[in-house]
Amino acid sequence: MGSPVRLLEVNSLKKFFPIRRGVMRRVVGHVRAVDDVSFFVEKGECLSLVGESGCGKTTTSRCVLRAISPTAGQILFRPEDGSVVDVATLSKGELRPLRRQMQMIFQDPFSSLNPRRTLLDIVAEPLVANKIGSRQEQLDRVAELLKLVGLRPEYMRRYPHAFSGGQRQRIGIARALALNPSLVVADEPVSALDVSVQAQILNLMLRLQDQLGLTYLFVAHDLSVVKHVSDRVAVMYVGRIVEMAPTAPLFATPKHPYTEALMSAVPKPDPRLRSQRIVLEGEVADPANPPPGCYFHPRCRYAVDACRTETPRLREIQPGHFVSCHRAEELTLRGVSG
Amino acid sequence: MINTVTESSAAPILSVRDLKTYFFPDEGTVKAVDGASFDLLPRTTLGIVGESGCGKSVAARSILRIVERPGRIVGGAILLQQNGSQVDLAQLDPQSQEMRQIRGGDIGLVFQEPMTSFSPVHTVGNQIVETIRLHHPVSTQEARERAIAAFRSVGIPKPERRIDEFAFELSGGLRQRAMIAMALSCGPRILIADEPTTALDVTTQAQILDLLRSLQEREGMTIILITHNLGVVAEMCETVVVMYLGRVVEEGPADAIFHNAKHPYTQALLRSIPSIHSTARAELPTIAGSIPHPYNRPAGCPFHPRCPDFMPGTCDKAEPGLTVVGDGQAVSCFLYDRT
Repeated sequence: MGSPVRLLEVNSLKKFFPIRRGVMRRVVGHVRAVDDVSFFVEKGECLSLVGESGCGKTTTSRCVLRAISPTAGQILFRPEDGSVVDVATLSKGELRPLRRQMQMIFQDPFSSLNPRRTLLDIVAEPLVANKIGSRQEQLDRVAELLKLVGLRPEYMRRYPHAFSGGQRQRIGIARALALNPSLVVADEPVSALDVSVQAQILNLMLRLQDQLGLTYLFVAHDLSVVKHVSDRVAVMYVGRIVEMAPTAPLFATPKHPYTEALMSAVPKPDPRLRSQRIVLEGEVADPANPPPGCYFHPRCRYAVDACRTETPRLREIQPGHFVSCHRAEELTLRGVSG
Repeated sequence: MINTVTESSAAPILSVRDLKTYFFPDEGTVKAVDGASFDLLPRTTLGIVGESGCGKSVAARSILRIVERPGRIVGGAILLQQNGSQVDLAQLDPQSQEMRQIRGGDIGLVFQEPMTSFSPVHTVGNQIVETIRLHHPVSTQEARERAIAAFRSVGIPKPERRIDEFAFELSGGLRQRAMIAMALSCGPRILIADEPTTALDVTTQAQILDLLRSLQEREGMTIILITHNLGVVAEMCETVVVMYLGRVVEEGPADAIFHNAKHPYTQALLRSIPSIHSTARAELPTIAGSIPHPYNRPAGCPFHPRCPDFMPGTCDKAEPGLTVVGDGQAVSCFLYDRT
């Protein structure tokens, strides 16, 4: 492999949502949904954003696609021609050609497909919208895409209601791939599916990535799923990345206490491994009114005085392993084996 | 079933025998629960696990007699032990005084989504006070004190203040705690928890599971935990019932289910879940196909079209019965059925 190309680079991304009160709808504060987030995704890899609800993982992914406009920060994307553009500042018209290269797989396969349109309509929609190919070419492309995701092309005249959750998610994937995107953002693509079907969709996504050279930005809350698909993982807490590292070292030797607690909280499917959990006290901090210092300190077992006053910065403590914790070097935290 | 967990009181507190709950919509019959049997031993946790459409929630609702129309119990018995005597809940009128006393009084229920289970226009406290006063002849003031005590026992901070809040003012974790407090407010012997942590984040889930466990130790409660999450089952349950399309395919002690599963479905399910312990980016074993639509239920063993050990001429012809294969472990599969 040559030197890896950064397909996407996000620098100091911020997204604040105003809180409005009263008759005049005055702004009384801001929800700091994404608060100074920086990361990059190399071409052909899968980076996962993982965290609990409200941590800003979905907002981050939506900013990357410019489904919403960020408050501040840079989103550098490298289109196929090799140039670098800042998605955060482009106008609507300038974004249009780029959108073909960034596609999205949605969480809920029931609400993300229009029940009144056939598979052909749904999967061909991106082609029609971008005026690509004749009607016959579009038909051939849809048949090819359906085969690619493991559905029979004969089904293309049917409506979504005739398909199960897993099959619908395959339809959503086929639609996302219709324009040969380079970056695919998948927001919780398997969390609405039954466990026996989850594995099928995860395998499909891994296979498509190898086959088509896709780059994934994967958003999920389930650490076991994340472990299965990611090359690298970024753990988010209250709008910030607290730890980012390649998958194996992150799980084996986490460096941030939140990562440790999050991993230990996942119930393991083995009664012999019972109760090795670290149960975090209290609740996730309010992103409209975060605590001073490290946002995690009120729940952290290892917090010292510095954590209450000084905000830790995300720093690289080992090659490729970034962590924002004052005590990252001295702590020995428990990971998971395997 | 042979009991290995408790020695003092081995008799089951609740026995479900060949329960059949069918739905009769205009399009046909849906056999949501089709001959489920299991025993609930006192002071233990029984896990009912399965994927969507397996009938786990309908089984729980049948026990409480809150199956909604067009659903109805068409066969079987639900035997509840009550002060030495035995009541068959399947025979009671769902609206009867006796059933109303059992529902909430003897058996409490915790729903999956606490947001939709609480009324949005009444404070959580008022709803709990109402429950308490339906079951006990106490004054509003005393019921309120009991409600505050229930809030305190489930670890809600500042219970005197929280009790006057609305459900939407509470966070997901607190709302689920309030739900549990409401279910416990009348001191039930059995708590049915239907996906109690599915809508919660993992760290909150860990808190709620810990709470259920400590409540069980403190109050000596018996819990039926309904979930699709095998991790939660492994963490919480002594006994596990695995369901598929309305039928119990396997049941037994948790250790046997997770380390010595017999039914091809249980085995496949355990293999196919992504585990936090497995190697990154490895291909997962899958179960072929998907769960059939309830109208197109396969003949014979409902799992046979997806089963790797399918035996033509056997599995698609007749339905296997539960066969005892080990200490308290039973499986419904022709691979083990020697009759």
